[in-house]
Amino acid sequence: MLIASLGIARLPDLLTRMHASTKGASLGVMLLMAAVALHFLEEVVFARTIAITFFVLMTAPVAAHAIGRAGYFVGIELWKGTLKDELRPNYNPLSHRLHSGLKKPAKGADTEARDDVNSEGGKGDSDTRA
Amino acid sequence: MQILIHLSFAILAISMVLCFVRLVIGPSLPDRVVALELLSMIIVGIIGIHALQSDETSFLDVAIVVALMSFLATVGFARFLERGGRRDD
Repeated sequence: MLIASLGIARLPDLLTRMHASTKGASLGVMLLMAAVALHFLEEVVFARTIAITFFVLMTAPVAAHAIGRAGYFVGIELWKGTLKDELRPNYNPLSHRLHSGLKKPAKGADTEARDDVNSEGGKGDSDTRA
Repeated sequence: MQILIHLSFAILAISMVLCFVRLVIGPSLPDRVVALELLSMIIVGIIGIHALQSDETSFLDVAIVVALMSFLATVGFARFLERGGRRDD
C-alpha cells in the first residue's frame, strides 16, 4: 500500500495513477486480511476476512473502470509519453458516443451521429461540460 | 508482535500522507476521486491492524462497511462526472 501511495503521488496522469493504486491497494488489503485471519484462527473471522477480500476483489476493478471511463470522457489530458490512444478514432467527443471497433462506422452511423450533434447541439454541449 | 503492528501503522500512515498530498494537489476531479478511493482502502487496512492490536473481531464488520461505502462513493462520483460534473477544477 505504500507503493500504491508512492505511485499515486508520483505518476504523471490519471490512468497510470489508477494502475498503481488499484492493484497495490487490492494486494495490500488481501495480505492484511490474511494476517488477521491467521491471527484469530476462528471460523467467523475467516468468513469475514474472506468476505472483505472477495468484496475488494469484486469492486476495485469495477470502480477503476467507472472512473477511467468517466475521466476519459471528461477529457483529462494524457501523459505526453503516451504512445497509443486506441479509443481516440472511435470516440466522438461532441456526440459523446463510442463506435464499436469491430464494425467500421458506416456512413449511416456517421450521418446519424452528425444529426445527433446538429439536432441536440445545446444538450450535447451541456452534456460535455463545455 | 507489537513492533510489527506499530511498523504497519507507520507504513499506512505514510501512505495516507502521500495519498492526501495527491488529494490536495490533484489537477482534476478524477484524480481526487482515485486518491479518495485509495484512502478508503488504506482505512480498511488500518481497521484490520487495529482489530489485530485490540483482539476485537467486530472491527472487521466496520471494515466491510467502509469498503462498501467507498465503492458506492466511487461509482457515484463516476456517474456524476459522466453526466454533470465540471471539466476540471
